[in-house]
Amino acid sequence: MPQAILSLKNINKSFGPIDVLHDINLEVRAGEVLCLLGDNGAGKSTVIRLLSGVHKPTSGVMAMDGKPVSFANPREAADHGIATVHQFGGTFPLMSVGRSFFVGREPTKWVGPFKVYDRKLANDTAVKAVQSFGITRIDDGDRLVGGLSGGERQALAIARAVHFGARVLILDEPTAALGVKQASHVLRIVNEAKRRGLAVIFITHQVMHAMAVGDHFAVLIRGAIAADFRKGEKSREEITDLMAGGEQMAELEAEIESYMAAGEGHPEPAKHVH
Amino acid sequence: MQSSFSPGAMLRRPEAGAFLGLLAVMIFFGIFGGLTFLQPAGMASWMNVASNLGVIAIPVGLLMIAGELDISVGAMVPFGAMTVAVISGHYGLPIWFGIAAALSFGVLIGLINGYMVIRTAVPSLIVTLGTLFAVQGVVLGLTVLITKSTSVALSTEGAAKTIFGDFFFGGQVQVMVLWWLAITAAYIFFVHFSRFGNWIFAMGGDKVSARNAGIPTERMTILLFVLSSTSAAFVGMCQAILYNSAQVAGGQSFIFNAIISVVVGGVLLTGGFGSIVGIFFGTITFAIVNQGIYYTDFDRNWSSLIIGILLLVAVLMNNTFRKMALSYSPRKMGVK
Ligand SMILES: Nc1ncnc2c1ncn2[C@@H]1O[C@H](COP(=O)(O)OP(=O)(O)OP(=O)(O)O)[C@@H](O)[C@H]1O
Ligand SMILES: [Mg+2]
Repeated sequence: MPQAILSLKNINKSFGPIDVLHDINLEVRAGEVLCLLGDNGAGKSTVIRLLSGVHKPTSGVMAMDGKPVSFANPREAADHGIATVHQFGGTFPLMSVGRSFFVGREPTKWVGPFKVYDRKLANDTAVKAVQSFGITRIDDGDRLVGGLSGGERQALAIARAVHFGARVLILDEPTAALGVKQASHVLRIVNEAKRRGLAVIFITHQVMHAMAVGDHFAVLIRGAIAADFRKGEKSREEITDLMAGGEQMAELEAEIESYMAAGEGHPEPAKHVH
Repeated sequence: MQSSFSPGAMLRRPEAGAFLGLLAVMIFFGIFGGLTFLQPAGMASWMNVASNLGVIAIPVGLLMIAGELDISVGAMVPFGAMTVAVISGHYGLPIWFGIAAALSFGVLIGLINGYMVIRTAVPSLIVTLGTLFAVQGVVLGLTVLITKSTSVALSTEGAAKTIFGDFFFGGQVQVMVLWWLAITAAYIFFVHFSRFGNWIFAMGGDKVSARNAGIPTERMTILLFVLSSTSAAFVGMCQAILYNSAQVAGGQSFIFNAIISVVVGGVLLTGGFGSIVGIFFGTITFAIVNQGIYYTDFDRNWSSLIIGILLLVAVLMNNTFRKMALSYSPRKMGVK
């Protein structure tokens, strides 16, 4: 197996007296999707914030390509090729596609004695980059980002990260706010990023979404890794149970089934009279 | 800026509302006051008002685009005026010395504003409200202490008078109009053609994302505060040179007038959207209402009513145009 791009060894994180993460060990490799699963408050976003330079671990070692790294701020993480895309794309709704794509790295050209923003180059590059991820509906770089659909915004943010040389792509619940069709677009884009050799860390509550793209799964329960397995090693039911923190889910399902049987096929438990 | 000039594309730009507002105001005063405001004397009167206001409104608008507010400009105008008047009028030092001091104080207060905004989590409205009062106090206190008066005379001759505080075109148009036009052109380049403009819009859109994208948001914030307070000190200084005297009070109207011009000009109050051309139109619109009323049969007190209505209509209109800009997509037009 190739060396991990990014690894966490015995990472702990506490905020004052509150211990949020215990002894986290994780690795991501190029061309691989790591799905980080877990219930609300399990600590998924905290792991992401360590990786993207928002917080520093209280103890433990973060390494890139085997060498220990420490990020003072998000900019340093970005300089190491770690790109984070947030739920709503994290972009600027009132800026054009081209301008927001190049924010902070605007292309310029000389016009006589003046160095001016190269709008055409920015728009063309941005449109081409998103289209290469299969989003052909974005064909005008002057459109405002706020006018794009949620999935298109995610696509734009991912395309931007890839364009600027990200090696690790972190997606925090990218499909949470999306309908079925949009979510499948985003999943396809995740697969495309993987095909291009990026390491992807994908956070989601939806087991089906995780199973559609994941190569490697880690389940967080109350800040610790409760399970770490590869594709095909566990069934959907097992993963769902793990995410819910134990056996309750299977029990709940059995209960619902018995209700349905008692209600003669009606799926409404309310019909069941004690 | 834009390659397409179709009416649709025009309406999606930030200055669309400002442009229509200007047309409406011109038609209104054309009907009720004749076209006096487009004849030389009428034009000079609103252009003088617009120029003094415009030099301040543009940096105030840039701060608003970047998500900040600076109301201390209301104290910086008398501060700039009083500095040059006390140094070169009361003490009789060379005028260039007074000019340099007035502008330096502008830079200094801007640095203080900017630094306090980035170092504390206090909203810039409150920070600059503090400096507004502090500077007003300093101007009043020091002026009375030094000159035993609230009004100081200043007489200027030669190049400084010609450059900063004279009339041209038959003694009606202030040189400030030339400054305003030149400064507006420079801002248009800075904001819409250089890469730095993009940074200001990004800061107003989402400051954290902008910083993470590598934009030096703190330095830009300080720079913008320095621009606004120095511009206000500049206007005050030029007025003192023009009118040969400075008063401790009388800058407060610039606060609201600048904000009105900026908002009528299509800048989004919460930041991230706007244009220099829009602010330019917004300033002219304000100035025409402010001065045009003298050429009608209405009592001048009605101008506040017109400005109030104008502001509300402009905000509503700008919201509509912004929604149009957001939902615009060339594909959707034929399909859905
Ligand atoms: N800055 C902080 N200070 C104190 N506690 C924090 C801080 N950030 C997170 N926590 C706590 O750490 C725990 C994990 O939070 P985190 O946001 O990582 O969960 P999550 O797995 O992303 O949840 P969700 O699925 O709801 O997004 C929570 O109990 C939260 O209250
Ligand atoms: Mg979270």
